Order: sequence, then C-alpha cells, then structure tokens
Amino acid sequence: MNIHEYQAKNILKSYGVAIQEGKVAKSPKGAVEEAKLLTKETGTEWFVVKAQIHAGGRGKGTVKETGSHGVVLAKGIDKIEEIVKGIVGGTLVTKQTGEDGKKVNKVLIAQDVYYPGDCEPEEYYMGVLLNRETGRNVIMYSTEGGMDIETVAEETPHLIHKEEIDPKVGIQPFQARKIAFNLGLEGKAFKEMTKFVTALYNAYEGTDSSMFEINPVLKTSDSRIIAVDAKVNIDDNALYRHPDFKELRDLSEENSDEIEAGKHDLNFIKLDGNVGCMVNGAGLAMATMDIIKLSGGDPANFLDVGGAANAVTVEAGFRIILRDPNVKAILLNIFGGIVRCDRVAAGVVEAYKSIGEINIPVIVRLQGTNAVEGKELIDNSGLKVHSAITLQEAADLVEKVMK
Amino acid sequence: MSVLINKDSKVIVQGFTGGEGTFHAGQMIDYGTDIVGGVTPGKGGTEHLGKPVFNTVSDAVKEAGANTSIIFVPPPFAADAIMEAAAAGIKVIIAITEGIPTSDMVKVKEFISDKDCTLIGPNCPGVITAGEAKVGIMPAFIFTKGTVGIISKSGTLTYEAVDQITKAGLGQTTAIGIGGDPIIGTSTKDAVELFMNDPETEGIIMIGEIGGNMEAEAARWIRDNGTKPVVGFIAGETAPVGKRMGHAGAIIGGADDTAQAKKAIMRECGIHVVDSPAEIGAKMAELLK
Repeated sequence: MNIHEYQAKNILKSYGVAIQEGKVAKSPKGAVEEAKLLTKETGTEWFVVKAQIHAGGRGKGTVKETGSHGVVLAKGIDKIEEIVKGIVGGTLVTKQTGEDGKKVNKVLIAQDVYYPGDCEPEEYYMGVLLNRETGRNVIMYSTEGGMDIETVAEETPHLIHKEEIDPKVGIQPFQARKIAFNLGLEGKAFKEMTKFVTALYNAYEGTDSSMFEINPVLKTSDSRIIAVDAKVNIDDNALYRHPDFKELRDLSEENSDEIEAGKHDLNFIKLDGNVGCMVNGAGLAMATMDIIKLSGGDPANFLDVGGAANAVTVEAGFRIILRDPNVKAILLNIFGGIVRCDRVAAGVVEAYKSIGEINIPVIVRLQGTNAVEGKELIDNSGLKVHSAITLQEAADLVEKVMK
Repeated sequence: MSVLINKDSKVIVQGFTGGEGTFHAGQMIDYGTDIVGGVTPGKGGTEHLGKPVFNTVSDAVKEAGANTSIIFVPPPFAADAIMEAAAAGIKVIIAITEGIPTSDMVKVKEFISDKDCTLIGPNCPGVITAGEAKVGIMPAFIFTKGTVGIISKSGTLTYEAVDQITKAGLGQTTAIGIGGDPIIGTSTKDAVELFMNDPETEGIIMIGEIGGNMEAEAARWIRDNGTKPVVGFIAGETAPVGKRMGHAGAIIGGADDTAQAKKAIMRECGIHVVDSPAEIGAKMAELLK
C-alpha cells in the first residue's frame, strides 16, 4: 500500500526520525491557517507548498489547469493563498503520473528548511528495501541526494553504498557510524545522522514496510539531519498487524475499476490495450497477456480471478472489462484444477444473460477439470462465443477476431 | 529416482483439520501419498481422515517418522509453522500459504539457514512426483509419469506446461512450484540443479516471470554445468513497469528483471526460450526426439 508524504512523515516522526515539519490543508484559506500554526510551532516564515499525490517528480511536474508546479516555495505567509489556489483541485502531471495526471486533493504546507546558516545545506539519498537475493533488508544511501536514484545508479554507481542488516540483531551502531562516515559527516551532523539512520531502520521494521525512500535527506545549514521527502510502501500482507494503517489508504488515488474488482476478490490492473482478459492465476494471466500481444492485440488489463472463479466473479469481471470502450475482444482463459470448468462455463452463460447484449467477440478457453463438459455447455448455449481447448487454439482465435 | 519427494516420503499436514488442509489431504491420500498424520495444536491424540493428529511437529517426527511437511496454516501463523517444522528435523517443507508478510520470511530464511532442510515456497502449488506422491494442491489427473522435470513460480501456468508435456507424450518426473513471493526457500537455480542430478530426468522446463534475478542466476549455472536440454518461458513481457501483478514478487524493479532482459540472458546461456507459452510442450518434444 502506498501512502502520502505527510502520512509517511507522521509515521517516521513517531519512530523518532527527524522530519521537515508541516501541516495538511485541503483549501487555500485552510492552508493560511495551517501556515500560521506552523510558524507558531517552528518559527518558520517561509513555506514549501507540496501537492500530495502518490507519484514522484512533483517539483518538476505541472498542474494542467494553472501551469503551477507541484512543489512551490512561498516566501511569506501572504503568498500561501495564491500558491495553494494554483495547486489544490488541479490535475498534476509528472513523469510518473502519465499524461492524464492526478487530481490534487490535499497540500502539505511545510517549513522551509533550506535557510542560510554556518554551512551550505547538503542533500543525501537514503532508501531501505529488501535484497531479494539474500533475503535481507538493505540500507541504500548516497551523497547524491535530491535527484533520481536510477540516474545515479546508471551514471555514478560507485556513489551508491549498501549496508545489509542481519535479521538476528537488527541495525547495529557500527553500521550507523559507517553510513555517517561514508556520507562525509562530522561533529553534530555525524551524531544526528547515526540517530537518523537507526530510527529510520527501526521504523521500516516496525511498520512492516516493503520500501522506504527518503530523497532528499537534508543536512541543514545548522547541521541538523532531517527527512525532507518520504516515500513509504507498506507490505499489504502485513496490514493485519497494523489496523491503524487502514485509514491511511486514499481510495481517490486508486483506479475505480481496480477498487471494485477488489470488492469481488478479483485482482485487476487497468492497461491501455484493446483485448480484455480474465484468467485464473497470476502467472497464467501474465502469460495470457503475452499471448494476446503475440496474436496481434494489446492486453487491456490484467485480471486474476483466483481460485474462486464462479458465476458471480465471472460476471463482475466481464462488467469491469466491458466498461473500457477500447476493448474490442475478450479472452477468458481458465485452467481448472480445483476450479471446475463446467461451473465457469455456466457462469459465462449466466453473465451473458444478465449483462444483456455483449457486442464484441468473446473467446473462452477452458482446460483441466471438466473442460469437455464446459466446452459443451458453451457450444450448446447458442451464445456467440468462440470456444477453445488448447492455448494455441485460443491464440489463433484472438488473431482471427482481431483481423 | 525423483527429486524432493517419492513414494517413500512420510508426509504430515500442518493445518490438517482446517478446510484447505482437510480437502487437499484427502486429495493427496487419493493420489497415493503416504500421509502419516497431521498437526493441529490442541487436537493432538485425535484422528482426522483416519490419520493421527499431533500437537507438535516434533511429536509427528518421533511417533510417525515424518520427514516431509505441507503447510496450509493461515498467513499470520505460517512463518511459525515453517520454523517449527525446520526445528523438528523435517527435511522437506512445502509451504502453500499465500500472503505471508515479507518481514516474517526474512526471519524464516535466517532461522532455517543452519537447519538441514529444504523449504519450497511459500505461495506455491507444491511438489508432485508423477505416479508416486503429490505434496501439493495441483490437479493430479493432468500428470503422467515420464522424463521431464518442471520448475515454475506460478500454479496454473505450471499446469499449463504439465498438460502440454503430457499431451506431447512425454510425461513428468517431478514438478516443483517454487512460489511467487519475494523471499522463497528454493530458487530456480536450486531446483534446476536437483533435476540435472536426477538420472530419470531427461529435459527440464523452467518457467519464470518478471521481477528478481533468479532466472538469470539459474541460466548462468546451466551455461556452466548443464547437461540436459532446458526449455524456458518468462511471463510478463507485456507487464508495465512497477505495477503489481498478483504475485508480490512480480514487480519490475530495474532493467535486468524485465521479461526481455531475462529471456536474452537465458538464450545466451543456451536455454531454448519460447516466446509463446503455447509452445512449451512442442519445443521440449522436439528437443527430446
């Protein structure tokens, strides 16, 4: 589960990670009030207005309606209202959102942390994630903060350091020191960094996260170490241990079809193609998408109906796929193990009856348990459905209907 | 010969008396698997499906000679179940459970690293040695005894390959579903190695998907040590970057773990890669002719 920057920062703060302080607002007027409060608490007179969406690249991104960027510096409380007007309610397009962009419902009014002082502020990168090769968590960090870590990895890979954490004992003080030394820190900033890294790792473990990305981590001009941005991804499988995280889910960030699919226990992901598909099992679903491509179509979605393919789920799947006007054909691919093909076939027939006229070709491929009975049911139903037994037959049918 | 399990495997079911455990234990017994009992804490001393129920895995090892375990325990308790099996001296642990938190699996991986056991899964369909023993949830009727070893991350895609191999008149030695999670006990390379060392296996099918580097690791091992033909398929050529595709492990992280990159490495290492999953069986038949 992805969460917003302000939510991520609240979690980090609760684990003792120093952050750029801020307050959330939903309107220009509300933002001014929050800014006043923030000044009272932190003394800041300059502010950073940050659009809260689940995508990166906000600073360089543009709000379609107003031309404003997604992150804007306000040099004084009198500038806040105007700046927030240009962001909230608008559609922010960044290189991670795609052309359609994302609606901005909230902004974070954050303290300005790049104030002048004894030394220049410096930015670092820090991420915590799983190394799948070793099955251990790793702290990945670099002196090259504030930019795309992918670019750093490509252009200057020697500037990316990794510190693996032993699951038996967790992060150790020598590891925190090593990281602070490798970032070239000394004095107060060194001490702050060791505290920062330790708290950050403990937050990662404590929240059962699957990824933390703090970019940038900032050394302020008075040598404090703070998280200026925070991207946190929480392991969905561990959410049962954190009932309080449920309210962090922002449904407006998710595709409405994907949300509805979830209600029917369907795993659905919207794509841009012209052939819809419905499959049991994630691996076979991806393989089916590949077959569609090889047969001259483009997959319009990923849809795994799981082990519970029945009349209700099949109908829900059809309805969701049919909502997309780009879909020119649908391929249903079921390999029955525990799932019985005749039941799926009955589900297809029922779905046809209850949805009414389906005007695009539907190819039904049933294989495995009771496949023959399933094919008979389809063939005898009088529906204009193409039925197939082997995967190759299904592929040939996709090719035929797409011509 | 066969790999991991055979007709002599003494199998227990952890989560024996639950719905899933009951259904699949029945199916496994029907296949001829030697199920020697099950474990459900608190129900020790009773009987289920005509087999003894034990309170602990340790009791099942001592009293029934169990050496293999299949786990149907729900996700919050599954990591504990795997560690209990490993600590009790079970040699082959097959974890079917889907949805175990990754942080739990980090601990499990560490815990079993110095135990003498092989973990298959989690989030997998299990293992079947055709005609001998089924320790999994796959539909038995598609399997037939033969000479091809099958390795796959995914359930139904494994069945697809099995079915094609059966219809090509070849049959299988063993099929191993290694699971689709970010952390699994047995990697593609580990499974390939088992089949390369198995005298009955003449050809190997290796089915992967986007995400991670297990297929690349296996491919390099095959290049240096392979003695049998390997047919490969990677699902997810059309998957967009960064979208979660059902299996937690199937997220494209970097340039090297796309389907295209994996297939290129596999081809360089001498693996017969098919672009269409419909060609897996025919390709193997051609190679073993």
